[in-house]
Amino acid sequence: MMSSDPRNELVEHLPALRAFALSLTRNSATADDMVQDAVVKAWTNIDKFEPGSKMRAWLFTILRNTYYSSLRKSNREVADVDGAFTEGLSVKPDHDGRMQMSDFKEAFETLPDEQREALILVGASGFTYEETASMTGVAVGTVKSRVNRGREKLTELLNLSEGDPMELTDSATMAVITSSAPVKR
Amino acid sequence: MGLMSRSDDKEKERVATLIDQNLKTIYSDLVQEELPDRFKDLLAVLKAQDASQKDSQ
Repeated sequence: MMSSDPRNELVEHLPALRAFALSLTRNSATADDMVQDAVVKAWTNIDKFEPGSKMRAWLFTILRNTYYSSLRKSNREVADVDGAFTEGLSVKPDHDGRMQMSDFKEAFETLPDEQREALILVGASGFTYEETASMTGVAVGTVKSRVNRGREKLTELLNLSEGDPMELTDSATMAVITSSAPVKR
Repeated sequence: MGLMSRSDDKEKERVATLIDQNLKTIYSDLVQEELPDRFKDLLAVLKAQDASQKDSQ
């Protein structure tokens, strides 16, 4: 019986891989170059993929390693950001009670790479702290502290803390925030 | 300003949930973007390379 070729599965993860690349690089041209490099590496090293493990985690790991080594090679401290992330094509303005998405994205873009990465992996893509730790090559505690620091910074930048004056004046937004607030005792 | 410390954890949790909701929205919008053609071309090239390697073996 032929086992299925893991390369067929690779294709299914491309949209997620590209989303991760965009959030990491914040530059659409760089993101697509990173995805291309990662796909070629994954394709030609498919024998190194452990069947049964999460292919998405494997691909993301290849992509982030590619990204960081290209940053090191180009000897740049700061990546070239073109707003690909901020201006994300299909993000709608928030009529559904979320904070201003554009403000959120702008604030998110200012976070250091490692905090952005940890937040995207844990907060948005649903990887566990353990998985993220192994993907990023650091201890679980380090991932947790990156996530926490990232959230704290966003809280500060966006005035999300309850005690702070809120910039969110839209009543729908207020309603959602109020309804999700902890019950006062 | 002046948050009671016992409500700090719940407050942190509330903000974390809010932040994660936004991240998920952004991320899923990015995932739903159409893949540029270059990736379809790339996969075609990679598959063709494999096929020609097999032929030459």
